[in-house]
Amino acid sequence: MRHRSTARTLYELLSSMRFAISLLSILAIASVIGTVLKQNEPYNNYLNQFGPFWFPVFEKLGLYAVYNSVWFLVILGFLVISTTACILRQAKPMVRDMQSYREHAREASLAQFQHHARFPIGQTSAASQTRILDYLQRQGFRSRVNPREGAVLIAARQGSWTRIGYFLAHGAIVLICIGGLLDGNLPLKLQMLLGDKRITNGNQLISDIPESSRLGLDNWSFRGNVFIPEGKSARQAVLNVQDGVLLQDLPFAVSLRKFHLEHYSTGMPKRFASDIVVTDLRSGQSFEKTIEVNKPFEVAGITLYQASFEDGGSHLTLRSHALAPQPQEATRHLKVDVGDSLALQGEAQGYTLELGSFRPFNIENMADETAPAEGSALERHLGSGARSSARKDMQNVGPSIQYKLRDNAGQAREYMNYMQPIEQDGARYFLAGMRTDPALPFRYMRIPVDANNTPDSWFALRRTLLDPARHTELARRFSLVALGPDTSDTMRARMQETALKTLDLFARGGFEALGKFIESTIPAAERDKAADIFLKILEGSAWEAWRLQHPDAPKTPDATLDRFLRDSLNSMSDSLHYGAPVYLQLDGFEEVRATVLQATRSPGKPLVYLGSLLLVLGVFAMLYVRERRLFVLVKDQGEALLALSSNRKSMDVDQDFARHRDALAQLLDARPAASPNPAPPQA
Amino acid sequence: MDMTHTEHAPLLRRLRAGDWIYTLALAGGALYALGQYRQFMDTYEQAILLLTLPAFALMGWQWKPFRIYLAACAGVALASIQLYQGDLARAEQVFFLKYLISSQTAIMWMSALFFIATGAYLLGLLARSDFAERTGSVLTWCACTMGIAGLLVRWYESYLIGTDVGHIPVSNLYEVFVLFSIITGLLYLYYEERYATRRMGAFVLLVISAAVSFLLWYTFSRDAQEIQPLIPALQSYWMKVHVPANFIGYGAFALAAMIGVADLLARKGILAGRLPAPEVLDDVMYKAIAIGFAFFTIATILGALWAAEAWGTYWQWDPKETWAFIVWLNYAAWLHIRLTKGLRGAMLAWWAVIGLLVTAFAFVGVNMFLSGLHSYGSL
Repeated sequence: MRHRSTARTLYELLSSMRFAISLLSILAIASVIGTVLKQNEPYNNYLNQFGPFWFPVFEKLGLYAVYNSVWFLVILGFLVISTTACILRQAKPMVRDMQSYREHAREASLAQFQHHARFPIGQTSAASQTRILDYLQRQGFRSRVNPREGAVLIAARQGSWTRIGYFLAHGAIVLICIGGLLDGNLPLKLQMLLGDKRITNGNQLISDIPESSRLGLDNWSFRGNVFIPEGKSARQAVLNVQDGVLLQDLPFAVSLRKFHLEHYSTGMPKRFASDIVVTDLRSGQSFEKTIEVNKPFEVAGITLYQASFEDGGSHLTLRSHALAPQPQEATRHLKVDVGDSLALQGEAQGYTLELGSFRPFNIENMADETAPAEGSALERHLGSGARSSARKDMQNVGPSIQYKLRDNAGQAREYMNYMQPIEQDGARYFLAGMRTDPALPFRYMRIPVDANNTPDSWFALRRTLLDPARHTELARRFSLVALGPDTSDTMRARMQETALKTLDLFARGGFEALGKFIESTIPAAERDKAADIFLKILEGSAWEAWRLQHPDAPKTPDATLDRFLRDSLNSMSDSLHYGAPVYLQLDGFEEVRATVLQATRSPGKPLVYLGSLLLVLGVFAMLYVRERRLFVLVKDQGEALLALSSNRKSMDVDQDFARHRDALAQLLDARPAASPNPAPPQA
Repeated sequence: MDMTHTEHAPLLRRLRAGDWIYTLALAGGALYALGQYRQFMDTYEQAILLLTLPAFALMGWQWKPFRIYLAACAGVALASIQLYQGDLARAEQVFFLKYLISSQTAIMWMSALFFIATGAYLLGLLARSDFAERTGSVLTWCACTMGIAGLLVRWYESYLIGTDVGHIPVSNLYEVFVLFSIITGLLYLYYEERYATRRMGAFVLLVISAAVSFLLWYTFSRDAQEIQPLIPALQSYWMKVHVPANFIGYGAFALAAMIGVADLLARKGILAGRLPAPEVLDDVMYKAIAIGFAFFTIATILGALWAAEAWGTYWQWDPKETWAFIVWLNYAAWLHIRLTKGLRGAMLAWWAVIGLLVTAFAFVGVNMFLSGLHSYGSL
């Protein structure tokens, strides 16, 4: 019994095919996890998703950054070890095999080959030898002659490169893995472990970030973002690590001259480009450069990429419209920059405005998608690929802002307002969106525009119609107009009372309050009729409110005004659920953009690229260079034994053997003897 | 597509007059395209155009019918361009454009021809009809011709929309599904000739029909056929090499899986007498996976090189990247088992079939169920 040491057993296990295949399977399964669970999200998202019990469990398992987790790196490490062990184990026999011609093979063993044939020779042994060697050379074989007693063995081989391919391909895997590890976050992990670096939450100013969260110029592997507003400069990159950030010093300062943002007519982005100036911090030298997507730029061993863009703090002018019935001041101007928080004054005292974003334009499809299509479905999908089978009418509907209003209690609602009125169903409105939860879509209140293209008339009308102090007057005027002069006083008083009640309910809760009132007080059969009456009262009162403000208005509204009044009632009803003391209208803007560049230093890249090249060469060599060994034993008594072997079993081997057999038999001027091989399927 | 050939005289000495005419025509076409469209290409793209020359020359030399195929594709595409006269509106007015060779119509014809070819191959297999199988072959050739011509015309049409919109039609899920169908069809036709049997057609054409069905659904219910301009990340010469290489991989894996299905059926005694010999099926399956693996490796590496330029890092475990990695691991394991262990038989056939599921998920599933940087074609 041979004693086998543990190390030897381990080496054999690591270099075994079974272990390699198991590793590949485990790696595949482990990789799936990271595609199912979104990686590197803010930790709060995971907390919401999994709850307080599972969140820390999954965090411990590293599921939020699977590909950087220790266990994943360990699997990759094993792949490197296993592949290396495999190469080491195969190296010796393979090299020996590549060099050898096996010219000492015995006749008995050649006769055992799956592919072999015997045939008589019709010429001298020496002449046969010359012919065979010549044939083999023409066929791309290298051969060696081994004279023996009563015979000569010509041993030839070709395609040994397939073995080199093995080393190339497997060595490449090792190279790629090592390169990948260098560029991954392993170096960062080590620095955090050994260099006492700590992540910070990233909410403070850059200058306040402590030294322990800053990485120096000597850090040789990183990937971070550099945020630069137009006209500003940056000399640090921000690395997102786990749930916080680290700051990476750069050896240069980057300032942004201008950010270019171009769009196609469909609103799809077409070009992002940053005109930057890079200044070397030591020499003070600077130069200009334009960085675009797909056109990165390398400086001082650091590559800068166009990653994304943001608003760089655009300057906005807003007009605040009060929504209270009796405001101290109806409108007010304010200035704010995108990204800023502003404590509001006046009507909105106690609220904080958080200006989230500004969009200089919005491309929307304004086509009527409900209109019936022309022609059959097939017909519509023939022709050129440029043709649109869906209705499209892409229009720029102008700038918009999105902001939050936070009250003293810290509760916030989010708002989205368009600067310009947008046409819908034949009339134009200021769209004012609101949502209580970022996960919900915006619900829009449609404020109709007046003859001057402003929302002002709507606000004026609203102040009158929703002001309880005006209700008596409105009800009186309405009952006068509605009932005519011949009606009795009791009748008029009842009408006036109903109108007052209607206005009161509407001012409290809009159409919803009226609906509830009807449901609770009026029998089901008469509800429709009652609703109709209430609506007539509201429309009539709205008209009276309009006439109060416009004494020179005609007796009855024209069609446009009629539409305006009905739209106004709808949006007034919605406005009671708006949840804000003011509506902020975008009045003017001066856009400031910011670019986000990605700065990376990846020392492993050359290794990975070299590995990739070797991998391709190796794979092709392994799969497409065919190793063949051909043996021709020329016996003095006028017979030849031909045998062929290959490192693979495939149909090509059968075909090659048949081809060589026939060619050699003809060359040596004799018919082939009956062969034990089956006829090749493709003969 | 094999690098070696059964005839062993040096390649150049084996070329006949037809090969040289083909090569000259190819060179003429490439140079003409370079002269005509040079201003729309950057240096890399011009290099890619010139590199297609030796690639297609080799293809034509090794696989003779490919020469006629390429000529037919060029003929149809040039005829269409001629009829367009630079005016997109003519797609609606000119009869031949509207009903035959505008890009959408050509792709519709491709779809129809693939369906009929599937039927013909099935009929041939079940009724042992040589005529039906021959018809299947011819129809598949025609379908592939209409498909490539359709894509070439689509390429031209995209430039008619605007020179800033124009791009090679391999940029979204719709376009690559057309490409997938064609490449799978061509790979099949290659093996059909090499192994001198049409009995595998019914199986391979089934998977193409499935792809075409998806394509039609995508067209009719999602209007995906409309040419869209490229977002900045896709505006790169890398697209011209990365995507086609990928789809040679996907096409070959799909083909291997269908041969695997045929193999498994034959092993169960179903259609056993009508299908090619088990060694043939096994060999085609291996050849397909080998070529698929080689090209998939290239495609993934090209993708990594592109990612380094567009996203700043050559690998970042984006879902599409990760699934490509899983597909690669899967076939790497398959090849290891077969080549090193010398394993054959039902297990490898099953593995190839399951491999198609993994591949399909990487191809379509990722776009449907996962989000990431590669979301160019959502459903």
